[in-house]
Amino acid sequence: MWKYLLKRIALALLILFGVSALIYLLSMLMPADYIDNQTAAAVQSGAMTLEDVQHLKKLYGLADKSFGGIVNSYLTWLKSTLSGDLGFSFLYGKPVTKVLSEYIWISFIVAFISYILEIMIGIPMGIKASVNQYSAYDYTVSVFAMMGTALPSFFLAALLMNVFAIKLGVLPLQGLTTATKLFSPDAHFQIFLDKAWHLVMPITVLTLLGVGGIMKFTRTNMLEVLNSDYIRTARAKGLSERTVIYKHAFRNTMIPLVTTLSGMLPGLFGGAMITETVFAIPGIGYMALRATQQGDIPFIMGYNMFLSILTVLGMLISDIMYMVVDPRVKLS
Amino acid sequence: MALETEKNKNLNYSDMSEQVETDLEQNFRVISPGRMVAKRFFKSKLSIVGLIMIIFVFLFSFVGPLIIDATWGYKETQVFRIERNSDMVSSAQFNGPDGKQYTYYDKSQTLVLFKAPPSADHWLGTDTSGFDILTRLMYGGRISLTISFIVIFLETFIGIVLGGLAGYFGKWVDQVIMRIVDIFACLPGLPILLILSATISSIEGIPTEHRIYYLMAFLTLMGWTGVARIVRGQILMLREQEYMMAAETTGIKVINRIFRHLIPNTMPQLIVSATLGLGGVILYESTLSYLGLGVPFPRAAWGSMIALADPSKGQEILANYPNMWVPAGVLIVITVLGFSFIGDGLRDAFDPRMKR
Repeated sequence: MWKYLLKRIALALLILFGVSALIYLLSMLMPADYIDNQTAAAVQSGAMTLEDVQHLKKLYGLADKSFGGIVNSYLTWLKSTLSGDLGFSFLYGKPVTKVLSEYIWISFIVAFISYILEIMIGIPMGIKASVNQYSAYDYTVSVFAMMGTALPSFFLAALLMNVFAIKLGVLPLQGLTTATKLFSPDAHFQIFLDKAWHLVMPITVLTLLGVGGIMKFTRTNMLEVLNSDYIRTARAKGLSERTVIYKHAFRNTMIPLVTTLSGMLPGLFGGAMITETVFAIPGIGYMALRATQQGDIPFIMGYNMFLSILTVLGMLISDIMYMVVDPRVKLS
Repeated sequence: MALETEKNKNLNYSDMSEQVETDLEQNFRVISPGRMVAKRFFKSKLSIVGLIMIIFVFLFSFVGPLIIDATWGYKETQVFRIERNSDMVSSAQFNGPDGKQYTYYDKSQTLVLFKAPPSADHWLGTDTSGFDILTRLMYGGRISLTISFIVIFLETFIGIVLGGLAGYFGKWVDQVIMRIVDIFACLPGLPILLILSATISSIEGIPTEHRIYYLMAFLTLMGWTGVARIVRGQILMLREQEYMMAAETTGIKVINRIFRHLIPNTMPQLIVSATLGLGGVILYESTLSYLGLGVPFPRAAWGSMIALADPSKGQEILANYPNMWVPAGVLIVITVLGFSFIGDGLRDAFDPRMKR
């Protein structure tokens, strides 16, 4: 097992190396880089000459866009990344690692709460749908689940905003805090409530979008188990339907469920770009979208590498969980 | 007499048996696998619903513009200036010298040319630039459907070629191709698409009409790995089967063995994944359009129509003009949902274990 794990980790490192080289190449190819964006107005008005701009670019390490130059600056980036330094974000004026660690938590909280809600809603619905296959309940739940996966997040967000923030006025439209309210700094509970109030809609959006996948996954796997012979045996020996479903069938459905769900865990730190942006929640996805639009290369690199690491980590975790949960599996 | 009846009986009997045989032949026809799949597909209500939804969207976006163009003679970028008065009423309260409270109303009228409400001429009204919304929905559908079909076709093609090679040859070919697949599958989709689209939209040498082709290329680049994995997995399993040994011993060329004997057997899985993938491409495309990185402005796209409702650009449209953004979203949902219904129906139809 350890040998297998070591092999997987070595492979993961190789993948990450390839991914980093690709992303670096792509982001360096972005012609509108940060300096151009920032100095465009000054150059237009004559406050800065093109030489000044070129000098600035050199300072930021963006001047040499030839292939050799990109390889050189990539190697520099790789060296500092391996020592734990992701560089300095142009846009936010802070080290990238600091920006990441600062804004990650709000994204994680939103994603984690909706993850728990998805599991709590999706799994029972999936079980019930599979037990009553082809019933009205099954059809309704399946259609709703698929509708959730078919909805673009920004459209669902706009619909909810229209109804709950504008028509009914019960939920705040955007942001994380009420700008017009002033709290004394020690009113932690009130600040917490205010923030929670602002997060209701984003969490709803993420939950509605994600619950369908989990529900369908549960349903498919439950159906597979329910059609197997030992379930017939369990029924034949006269066990109650409850025991058959929850003890014999569901426990076996748990194997794929646990592997998939645990593989999703690292991804919860990645942030939801579109949803966070629509609701103007200062999470990591929102910051990354802004950085991408402005050409903030160190931040883009840092964020994308972070996401790739999360993906690789997720795959590793689900592999390990597969071994842990299913005693029949022996990987080599 | 008795003998005769006996004979008759016998005759009758043999007649009967002949009839039974013909009945058997009539009742038990040999059905080709394709027809069996079709039969199972049409048995499911959801797949029929999905099919109807997709046919509707297709007619709407490919025939609709023709009808509009033939009857009223305008296209997606025709500007309509429909005059209407918009009342603005503001009020303020003040205390008069007599101690009573007075309310003061200020009513101003402005002439608005755009953002016409739905009417008989323009069923869904006009948008912020004075374009007819219904027509733009049709052209937006054209873009979305065309992009999704081309992207899925390219993805499937690349995936078949690379996955087929990896699965058939194994060893180092497999190692190299699958590591490339791993790397591409690990790239974060949306951020990379954002970087790529931003790159394209800022290169001045590329005319804006061509941006859509680059967009398709990028979407393909991010999506082909799934197909390659499916094809490789299937081929690894299929190449060990006896019929492949037969193909080898009869001396069929390698290319033919892969692309005529192996690939056709992976088709059911590929068709299902392609159908389900169509919806995914439409969602990606509309997200990019929503962020202003998809199809450039005067041309219509569903995503950019919903972007009008973005509250960070002002709440007016989000609150007061649902006719501008709700239909586009509904159409996206119908299309994606339709494709997933069909995909699910096809998967069940192809799976011989599925019985109802």
